This record gives sequence, C-alpha cells and structure tokens, in this order.
Amino acid sequence: MRATRIEEAVFRVLMTISTLAILSALIVILCSVLLKGLPALNLSMITQTPKGGYYLGREGGILNAILGSLYLAGGATVLAIVLSLCVVLYVNVYAHNRSRLAAFTRFSFDVLWGVPSIVYGAFGFTIMVFLGLRTSLLGGIIAVALLILPMMCRAMDEVIRMVPSELYDASYSLGATRLETALTVVVRQALPGILTAVLISFGRGIGDAASVIFTAGFTDSIPYSLLRPAATLPLAIFFQLGTPIPEVQERAYASALILTVIILMICAVSRILTRRYTKHIVK
Amino acid sequence: MRSVRLFADRLAGRLMLVLTVGSGLIVFVMAAGLYHRSRPILETRPLAELLFSQSWHPLRGEFGFFPFIMGTLWVTGVAVGIAVPLCLLTAVYLSEYAHRHVRAWTSPLIDVLAGIPSVVYGMWGVLFIVPLVKNHVAPFFGASSTGYSVMTGGIVLAVMVFPIIIHVSVEVLRSVPDPVREASLSLGATKWQTVKHVVLRRAMPGIIAAVVLGLSRAFGETMAVLMVAGNVARVPSSVFDPGYPLPALIANNYGEMLSIPLYDSALLLASLVLLLVVLVFNVISRIILMKVERSIQ
Repeated sequence: MRATRIEEAVFRVLMTISTLAILSALIVILCSVLLKGLPALNLSMITQTPKGGYYLGREGGILNAILGSLYLAGGATVLAIVLSLCVVLYVNVYAHNRSRLAAFTRFSFDVLWGVPSIVYGAFGFTIMVFLGLRTSLLGGIIAVALLILPMMCRAMDEVIRMVPSELYDASYSLGATRLETALTVVVRQALPGILTAVLISFGRGIGDAASVIFTAGFTDSIPYSLLRPAATLPLAIFFQLGTPIPEVQERAYASALILTVIILMICAVSRILTRRYTKHIVK
Repeated sequence: MRSVRLFADRLAGRLMLVLTVGSGLIVFVMAAGLYHRSRPILETRPLAELLFSQSWHPLRGEFGFFPFIMGTLWVTGVAVGIAVPLCLLTAVYLSEYAHRHVRAWTSPLIDVLAGIPSVVYGMWGVLFIVPLVKNHVAPFFGASSTGYSVMTGGIVLAVMVFPIIIHVSVEVLRSVPDPVREASLSLGATKWQTVKHVVLRRAMPGIIAAVVLGLSRAFGETMAVLMVAGNVARVPSSVFDPGYPLPALIANNYGEMLSIPLYDSALLLASLVLLLVVLVFNVISRIILMKVERSIQ
C-alpha cells in the first residue's frame, strides 16, 4: 500500500516538473523574441524596402518581405479554400460519408499532412521546371497552397462532419438540390469551424520558409507581378541572421517579432470570429 | 428553371468529384514527379551506393547520403527522447490532475506556440540553446562542443513538437469517458492506479498517434534544424558533434544545385527519400492504429 502511495507522489512531482519545464520553455521563447526584437524595431523597418547596402547595415526596411509574405500566403489560402471546399463538400454531401472514396480521401490527406514542407518546396520546384516557370510569386503560391491543403481539408472535414443529418433532411424535404444544401445550409452551419481552419492555414502558410526557398526566391523589391520573385518574412529573418554584421542581426530579431505579432493577431482574430459567428448555428 | 438547378447540381458534382480524386492522388503525383526528376542520378549510380556511401563531393560527382541520413536519425532520436516523456507526463497532468482553470489557461498558450514559425524557433535556438549547450550541457558531460550540434538540434526540435504531442494527447485522454474512471476508483484503485491501468490503456492508440505526428514533424523539419545543427557532412559519433540532416542539405544548396551536373537530381532524390520514409511511417502507424482501435472496441 505504501509503495503505491510513494509511486503516486513521485509521478505527481515528475508531472508537475515537466509541465512547468514545458510552459517555461514556451514562455522563454515568446519573451526572448519580444526582448530581442523590441529594441531593434523602428518605423522604417515596416515602411521601407531594403536600400543599397541594407545587408551591410545601411538604411532600409523589410516592407518587401512583409507584403510578399501576405500576398503569397493570401493567394495560397484562396487557392486552398476553393480546392478544399470542393473536396470536403463532395465527400460529405455528394458521396456517402462512409464510402470508399471518403475513406481514401481522408487517409490520403492524413498522410499528406505529415509530409515535410521542404518536400513540397522540392515538388513545387519540379512543377515549375515542368511549366517552364522561374522562381516567382506564382510558384510560391502553388507550393504553399499544396502545403496547407491537407490541414485545411482535414480541419474543415472535422467540422462539416458534425453537421447533423436532420439539417440535410430538412433542406432536401424543401426541395433543395445537394449543391444548394451544401452551399447555403452546410457551409453556414460550419462557418465558425471553416473560418478557424482558414486562419490557421493562413498562419502556417505565412510562417513557412522551407517550401518557398526553392519556389518564390527572394528579391529586394515589392512584388508587382505573379511571375516575378517575391521576398518572404521567414526567409528575410533567415538571411539577416546569417550575416556576420550585428546591426543586420538586430533587424532579424525585429523581423521575427513582426512575424510573431502577425501570427498572434491571426490567432486572436480566429478566436473572436469563432465566438461572433457561433450565433448563426442551429444547435 | 428546375432543369437548370438540377444541371448545376450535377455539373458541380462532377467537377467536385474530379477535384476530390485529383487531390487524393497528390501523394502519388508528388512521388512520381520527384522520381522522374531524380532518375538521371539513379541511372548512373546504384541506389545502395547513394544511400550508404559516406563520400559527399558533388564537384567530383560523388553523392553519398549516408552522413545526412544518420544526421536526420540522430537529431530526430534526440528530439523524441526528450519530448515524449515530458509531453506524456504533462498531458496526463493537464488532463487528469490539473484544475480546469489551469487547463483553460494553458491550452490557448499551447495552440499559439504550435503556430510559431520554425524560423523563429531556429532563431531562439541560436540565441538561447546554442550557448546553453556550449557552456553548460557539453562541459557537464565532459565533452567540448561549439554549441552547433545534434544535441542543440534535438532540443530545439523537441520544443517544436511539444505543442502538437501535448495537444493531441490531452484531447485523447479527455475523450476517455468518466464512467470508466469512476468504475476503477469505486473498486478501490488510487487515482494514479486508475490513470496507469485504465485511462492510459484506453488512450494508448491515440497517444501513439500523437507521438507519430510529432515524430514525423521532427523528421522533416528544416529551417530550425538548419540553423542550429552545425551542418558538417560527417556521420556524428556523439550528440555533441555537428550533424547535417537531409532537409537541411536540401534547403542549404538550392542556390548552387543548377550549376553542378546531377546536383539537382541528387537533391530531389533526397526529397524523394524523405517523402517515402514519412509516407511509409504514416501508413504503417495508421494501420496499427486502426487495428488497436478495433481490438479495444
């Protein structure tokens, strides 16, 4: 009897220690990004593009990378929304939910979800070679859309699966077709979950560097065409950190702070939107 | 009017079917595309030589992936060794012992950290973990290290997979129904005995899934590891040696790969290897999971 009590006490202590260790590691990350980034941050960082000699410590900012990242992640998200809505609505509304096709699609996306982003980058590169594209915004958008497609699909699928079958029956009994039911009833009911899925995928897309390194390239100017290279924030951080000059490394800390703030804002917005749109749901 | 609506319904159905089947086949298209591009190097050299040769000299046309494969295995091994025990203890604590206020406060934090980009983790590794390993961890074990080592990469990766493993495990543990716990407690088991023999046992498949998800993220993680692991193309002989994982190799050489013959082919072969390993891993674990689930029901 005593042995079991001692075992329980030991494990409770271990559990508390590991929880504290993990939480403190996570807090240390946020604090070190904040503490290192804030002193280096200034207005010209976010309003200017890199001027001559920027990577040697001269004037300029990373507006090119901020806009490039937003365009790239935005384009990829739009592409992924269209694709994943089609897939998810087909699987849940048109196909039978437990059909072979549904099972195959879910399995395939589960597997795709685990594929590393560098592989999407390499695959995006082979597509670009196939199409005769150079490194460009479009190439980056294709690679990132492929990267976020599985997570968006699976997240949307989880919420659309939860739509009660009575809603379908009610809609069909009023004479609506499957397409009308899907677009007006199912999407409406699952909207909070869909929005969360979209925002999380956008956040993943904006933060990923490995998939754009081959495909989007890097440039010092603001992207103005789909066929031109585009700078991205994660790569800007990576390059600035790689230089031996302290002032440029400082700017990498500031850029990391900007990226982290964008991600935190996306998280906050997704929570607020989820709360606001929940009232349209039939419970 | 009616026929138009029915036509739209059917047309949309066809279109969506095509897109669904198409995106279900992406995995195969990816594998085929990468295989097609890596054929030039596969035709000139036997696969065994590519995978097990230690000599990596692209300029001389020698492409041996063995140091990089070992680098990946070492770094992933260290990461999993650190992350799994810590995460499981934390997940059990959060789901079984912690007050619900603690849970409500930690879960958004963990979600936020899951969204932090890998470059930021890498930067944190350079600022924080590299000096830590160089000045404290390596001397503690009587080794000397520059700080850019397998150990550093493993620690950073472990922190990166914390959120995902904890999130999934807590969800799985919470899904074990309360009557199961109550039955065990009413038979006189202590709380810990209930957790150990009843809750963890029921939740095992989901926990395996959580670990596999973390493992596959660690396996292919690129930027963070690239920034801290040292990137020396040699098989590491201790955790304080630098390592050079496969993803880092691919990302690091994108610039010069088109100027050296067969280099692009070699790098795309490396990504094919990465893809296949992750695929085999995921498929096997999903099948195991399905079987375990069936045996529990």
